[in-house]
Amino acid sequence: MNNAKSMVARNKREIATAAAVFLAPALIVIAVFIIYPIIQSFITSTYDWNGYSAGKAFVGLKNWAALMKDKEFWHAFKNNILVMVLSIVLQMPIGLALATYLNNRKGRGSQVCKVIWFLPMLMSSVAIGYLFRYALDPSTGFVTAISKMLGGGKVDLLGNPSYVLITVIFIIAWQFTPFYMVYYMAGYGGISGDIHEAAMIDGATENQYFWNIALPLLKPSIKSAIVLSMVGSLKYFDLVYVMTGGGPGNSSELMATYMYSQAFESYRMGYASAVASGMFILISIIAIVTMRLLNGKED
Amino acid sequence: MAGTKKGFKLSSVIIGILVAFWFAVCLVPFVFMLMCTLKTQKEIMKFGVFSLPQSFFLDNYIEVFSGNIWRYFFNSVIVMIVSLVLLLLFSAFAAYPLSRWKFRLNKPIYALIVACMSVPIHVTLLPLFMMTIKTGLYDSIWALIGPYVAFNLPISVFILTTFMAGVPKDLEEAAGIDGCGRYGIFWKIMLPLAKPGLSTLLIYNGVNIWNEFSFALTLTQTSVNRTLPLAVNEFQGQYAMNIPMIMTVLFVSILPMVLVYIFAKDKLIEGMMAGAVKG
Repeated sequence: MNNAKSMVARNKREIATAAAVFLAPALIVIAVFIIYPIIQSFITSTYDWNGYSAGKAFVGLKNWAALMKDKEFWHAFKNNILVMVLSIVLQMPIGLALATYLNNRKGRGSQVCKVIWFLPMLMSSVAIGYLFRYALDPSTGFVTAISKMLGGGKVDLLGNPSYVLITVIFIIAWQFTPFYMVYYMAGYGGISGDIHEAAMIDGATENQYFWNIALPLLKPSIKSAIVLSMVGSLKYFDLVYVMTGGGPGNSSELMATYMYSQAFESYRMGYASAVASGMFILISIIAIVTMRLLNGKED
Repeated sequence: MAGTKKGFKLSSVIIGILVAFWFAVCLVPFVFMLMCTLKTQKEIMKFGVFSLPQSFFLDNYIEVFSGNIWRYFFNSVIVMIVSLVLLLLFSAFAAYPLSRWKFRLNKPIYALIVACMSVPIHVTLLPLFMMTIKTGLYDSIWALIGPYVAFNLPISVFILTTFMAGVPKDLEEAAGIDGCGRYGIFWKIMLPLAKPGLSTLLIYNGVNIWNEFSFALTLTQTSVNRTLPLAVNEFQGQYAMNIPMIMTVLFVSILPMVLVYIFAKDKLIEGMMAGAVKG
């Protein structure tokens, strides 16, 4: 009896040591490249610094006070929110519809669809950015070409401050819908075929099966997809950076592009750090609140 | 299974139209790109974008491949391979204890790693930029490895932990009885069994790393030390108005990932099924 107890204790200690060994590489990498930089970012946000001179002036919360009143930053934040909302509205239903279609078909044709429909996801944002910059070019792009065929004139979607953001949002949807398609396909894969069969035997139509059985079962997938999409939209950068640079004016500026231009174009490292840290706080709050709301309804 | 009731229905016509529409939406930009690569700049100006190439014109490809695109390509390959090896190894190491053993810090550590998924890379961009300057790694491809491993680690640990939790315990126990230690069990049993999960991560992270832009833009500077997404960026500066050339660079840079996906698409879905979805 006593012997067994000490064996359990020794076993516990041995597990703890082995766990530490196995977890060490991952935790060290995360500490050095994620956690330390976050702390560093908050520290730098209390300085006035151009990034290369030796002199850093401690300014306390001055950058943060400026950030609170910075119309450009809040404009960028508003743009991010618009991207977030419309991304969910566009990408979730389309992704789900595509997955539902592919899930019901197993033929050759669906294999081709699986490749073609996923293509956008394989391109880098930079490549997509340039591709669409030329595709939407008012003189050589294909949107203008289509418009001319229909008897219209030149179309300049990216040069017009009132259309540029919505155009970017559609391109982002083009890029990321395939990801959610695969995500939901995986969700369908988790539903056993017996359920479908049983529903059919009971005389359900495909429509009824989708709305009353498949959709509720896909709820966990949909929830995590929404959170992923929200976080992704709030930190979006690459495509906007190469396609519009936040312009014309600041009409398509996002928090991340604003932070980048503050740091590497205006050389205001302290202020850019405040922007980055502010972005981190906003995203964390939104992510936590959303997860609470989504999971809270469950139980 | 589905579609047992065959027959002409309005709904299937609508579905057909929508499927064709989405097909076009995905494909047209690629066709535009591919056709541009086979044309001269003059052809585009003269005949418009929808005209077929006048001849089978390959000079754009010849010009791209005779430039320093190989260097970017080579850099991308090295960065991807080194990052993926470390990433898969570290995430498998971490997922093993998190999925199989009970210890006090299990839940908090897992929560911490998963929480890192929503950290925007831009909050770390400036500090990492300064860190690479201080350590002398700035403007070398090695500066990219750390951030790439770190930022792909959370989702990888997440997927692998879920995956390993589904592996039956008896194999491990049998190996334990045979005198295999915890380390032996990891290498001889868990790692081979986690292969489907690992191959998903390989594809998923491979595409991510291959296409990564923000860190590559900030942490490297000279073109000999940059990766393919930056090549696109730099060719754009160099050939600003030469659309065919830029489209050729774009096409060349995405081709490897398209080929990988065509062969590995089912693996990708399989692995996601085992992992991410349950979260």
